[in-house]
Amino acid sequence: MNFSWIQLVAIAPEIVLTIGACALLLFDLVIPRDQKDKLGYFAVGILIVACYGSWKLANVEADVFFGMFTLDPYATYFKMLVYLAGALTILLSMTYLEIEKIHLGEYYGFVLLSTAGMMVMVSAGDLIMVYLGLELLSISLYTMAGFKRSESRSIEASAKYLILGSFSSAILLYGISILYGIAGTTNLKALGTFFAANPLDNPGLLVSMGFLVVGFGFKVAAVPFHMWTPDVYEGSPTPVTAFMSVAPKAASFAVFLRVFAEALGGLKPHWQPILVTVAVATMILGNVVAIVQTNIKRMLAYSSIAHAGYALIGIIVGGGLGTMSLMLYLMIYALMNLGAFGVVILLRKGGMRGEEISDFTGLAKKNPVAAVIMLIFMFSLAGIPPTAGFVAKFYLFMGAVEAGMVWLAVVGVLLSAVSAYYYLRVVMVMYMREPSGDFDLATSPATSLALVITTIAVLFLGLYPAPLIDATKAAILQIP
Amino acid sequence: MSSIVLIPLLPFLAFLIAGLFGRWLKERAHWVAVPAVGLSWVLSIAAFLEVAGGAPIHVTLYRWIGSGSLNVNISLYVDQLTAVMLLLVTTVSTLVHLYTVGYLHGDKGYARFFAYIALFTFSMLMLVMADNFLQLYVFWEAVGLCSYLLIAHWYERKSACNAATKAFVVNRIGDFGFGLGILLAFVTFGSLDYQTAFSAAPGHVGQAINLLAWAGGDWSVDVITLIALLLFVGAVGKSAQLPLHTWLPDAMEGPTPISALIHAATMVTAGVFLVARLNPIFNLSPVAMDVVAWTGAVTAIFAATIALTQNDIKRVVAYSTVSQLGYMMMACGVGAYAAGIFHLLTHGAFKALLFLGCGSVIHALSGEQDLRRMGGLKSAMPITYWTFLAGAIALSGIPPFAGFFSKDEILWQAFSAGGAGVALWGIGLVTAFLTAFYSFRLVFSIFHGRSRVSKEAAHHLHESPAVITIPLMVLAFLSLTAGWVGIPAEGLNAISPFLAPVLAAHEAAAPAEDHAMEYVLMLVSVAAAAGGIALAYLFYVRSPGLPARVAASAAGLYRLSFNKWYVDELYDAIIVRPTVALARGLWRGVDVLIIDGAVNGVGRVTQAWGAALRVMQSGQLQHYALFMALGAVLMVGLYLLG
Repeated sequence: MNFSWIQLVAIAPEIVLTIGACALLLFDLVIPRDQKDKLGYFAVGILIVACYGSWKLANVEADVFFGMFTLDPYATYFKMLVYLAGALTILLSMTYLEIEKIHLGEYYGFVLLSTAGMMVMVSAGDLIMVYLGLELLSISLYTMAGFKRSESRSIEASAKYLILGSFSSAILLYGISILYGIAGTTNLKALGTFFAANPLDNPGLLVSMGFLVVGFGFKVAAVPFHMWTPDVYEGSPTPVTAFMSVAPKAASFAVFLRVFAEALGGLKPHWQPILVTVAVATMILGNVVAIVQTNIKRMLAYSSIAHAGYALIGIIVGGGLGTMSLMLYLMIYALMNLGAFGVVILLRKGGMRGEEISDFTGLAKKNPVAAVIMLIFMFSLAGIPPTAGFVAKFYLFMGAVEAGMVWLAVVGVLLSAVSAYYYLRVVMVMYMREPSGDFDLATSPATSLALVITTIAVLFLGLYPAPLIDATKAAILQIP
Repeated sequence: MSSIVLIPLLPFLAFLIAGLFGRWLKERAHWVAVPAVGLSWVLSIAAFLEVAGGAPIHVTLYRWIGSGSLNVNISLYVDQLTAVMLLLVTTVSTLVHLYTVGYLHGDKGYARFFAYIALFTFSMLMLVMADNFLQLYVFWEAVGLCSYLLIAHWYERKSACNAATKAFVVNRIGDFGFGLGILLAFVTFGSLDYQTAFSAAPGHVGQAINLLAWAGGDWSVDVITLIALLLFVGAVGKSAQLPLHTWLPDAMEGPTPISALIHAATMVTAGVFLVARLNPIFNLSPVAMDVVAWTGAVTAIFAATIALTQNDIKRVVAYSTVSQLGYMMMACGVGAYAAGIFHLLTHGAFKALLFLGCGSVIHALSGEQDLRRMGGLKSAMPITYWTFLAGAIALSGIPPFAGFFSKDEILWQAFSAGGAGVALWGIGLVTAFLTAFYSFRLVFSIFHGRSRVSKEAAHHLHESPAVITIPLMVLAFLSLTAGWVGIPAEGLNAISPFLAPVLAAHEAAAPAEDHAMEYVLMLVSVAAAAGGIALAYLFYVRSPGLPARVAASAAGLYRLSFNKWYVDELYDAIIVRPTVALARGLWRGVDVLIIDGAVNGVGRVTQAWGAALRVMQSGQLQHYALFMALGAVLMVGLYLLG
């Protein structure tokens, strides 16, 4: 497996994104202040070009650059997910940035860079590449979290995220190095072969696995490594929160599953109980604490913690059904969560911050369309049919049942019932309370487009999930 | 993809358009709904002809859930049974849509009404076209929802809201059993698909299920019987059979077109359709069949006795509907499914006609529904009169009108079943007599005799406009002719052979080839009907004072009938009040003390947790890092220990 220039084709989408991000920074200098929207559309264009590239590479399966970079349908599926999330985020950002007076070109550059980071992550064939992608993603996110430079909440979010993120990265790196010490390689497939041949019971191995769980658990906001989530989500600019809550989470889950299934698959009996504990704790804490939140961004932060708990079930179940249900779940979760944040972003205009649940009071009377869209997303997040959220949860819990972990599915279903309380409370204040004043919504063609896409997708996938299910089935991670 | 997809799709599109853009459409809403349903009717005829000419049509639209052992498709399945149901639903629905244009003219909920009625039509069509239990269940609930929404069309009226709630709650009781039946069928047969379940069913005959196994007890019941009975509970609720019939008369609070479409011709017949559709399961359980037959027979005579004395014209027709549904159930119970479906069809025509006729009268009298304040309307409303008369004759069972053939088929099938069937026949015969009596009580009280109409109502009295009378005339024509497809003579009975591939005759109902006997019985039942009409003529035309004297001399019986056998009061006393009392007790005792205490306790605990978590969620970076480190230590520690 020698190096040849032709292998660059495999990473063409990543190259396009990186060059695009650099170009954006340059264009920013010549674009007048009131026309920064153009940069946003340019960034969406870059994403579409990269998406086209990935589409062309969809059926290619190859390990390039000495096994560092893996191109397979599994990675491509998640790349599509992050393109979608990135593009929707950009569409949702433009008006918001304008209103917050932080409309700067580098914002879009960071969105593209973090997308590139996530793509490296999901395509990583080596733990070093996992780490590299993770850092590229994280550093972009640290900056984006602190984008409201004039607001202390935002800066605080950024600083906390940076320090805790570095902390978790260090632990992850420590885990990787121990693993290297044991197996003598960091290549995922080679690790898989090694552990299949030597199912050893080395204490060091257990320590390293624990550290990997910490590192990935931090990224997906699993308990007890979730503590940064509410603060960072609340403080960051809302579109950044929306982005953080879906795309990095999906990419982290993708790599979480790849590392644990591909490299450590032979050790499943060792890590499965720990993940079950983490999943249950995450579901319980996320759902219970979400109930008492009054700030919708914090509520959605705890909701995203709870959803990470559900998604962990996919990794625990593993195999074809587990992988497929996880992939399905993350895609649907991305759509509905971006949509829900989209409505929150709509409310941010003028003197209205739109971040308290009480800010939604009586929305249905004044703006029934926005209210019904929010209602659809809340129903979907709660997992009520016929929305896509139901399908997503159904397959996850079904997977747990088929894997013989009925009790885990029962816990998930019960906590979903708990979650209905705080999701439906938003619906309740929108529909059952009288509005105190008029709503001035920050609508624009771009936000409307993003909301229309997510709404239709959530309803369509609820009624007709077959195409997406087929796509996930075709892209299941192949474990040799 | 076959054009049958459009049959339900068109009403659904009409619902979406009228529902979403109703605010702009307003009085133009019917321009969306009527053509859509009309086109769907045309396509139904095409589908009917296609099925009549060959094999059933089966279109699988897509797989909704496919996971391990649970596979649910959304499909359209049209066999002979479905084809005739399609014809019935789209025909009556189209006519009712047309009628509504005149009836609700100027109503502020005009567009909303069309949206719901189109949604109902869609749901009903999907219900009859289902090929699996889950789709059946979903649309079974959907038609119930539409019924609820439409009964409460005039939601400012408290009585309408109460009636809607009652309909919903009573139906929930039935649906609970229905849901259990579907679950048990799935567990037993391993599939939700009709055909798979039907072919698996014979293998489970005699298999018993121990209902007390979980408690270590022993209560074995036959599993097929249990499935059939649970499913039948759903049918009892939907088709308003005893003891769940009480919602249907109250449902008359809805606008009359709804009574005609949902509460006479289509939705309430879903229960009968269900039993007929699932006949391969019911046939395997003699016990369930007996239950179906006797429930139907008792309901038939019970409701007929109530209809005798009611004064609200719509309620008379409503009780009549309950009674006729009982007839259909009885037919299914003796295994004469084809006869039941035949009566379902003819009843759909003449009962829709009677309701729409009532609506026309009510419309003309500015909302008057009490027959004591009617009379002598014949000359003012000739079209309504003649069409209503046709409906009443059909309902009474006088040849050559439709009701005669279908009703007689049922009576004959019951009689020829032998044994207890003769008793069923006797009940049916008495019911036929009562039916004829109350039908003509209506005709004579509304249209004949001296006018008892109030002054201001008399002032506005007029024949209804053409959009109302044309549906009446079409239905009158159908009430006359629809029965001719089932003339009980060699080579003339078209309906039974047509349905035979689906409704394989139950062995109990193998027709005894005794036409002489059949004709004798026919004469007897015509005589009973004629007797009923004659009595009504005596009571309400010849000597109008007589009813009051009879009522006085048999005061107890009269009150029993007039107060609907006190069933509502009985339910109020033994179910509603205790439930409310229990609820109050639960509220005061359990809820306030225990639950609220627990919730508040949980709240306090949560707050305590919150406080603890707030210490953790301090915003202090060092704390966060510390907790992460502790988490890591804990995790690695667990690994090393575990």
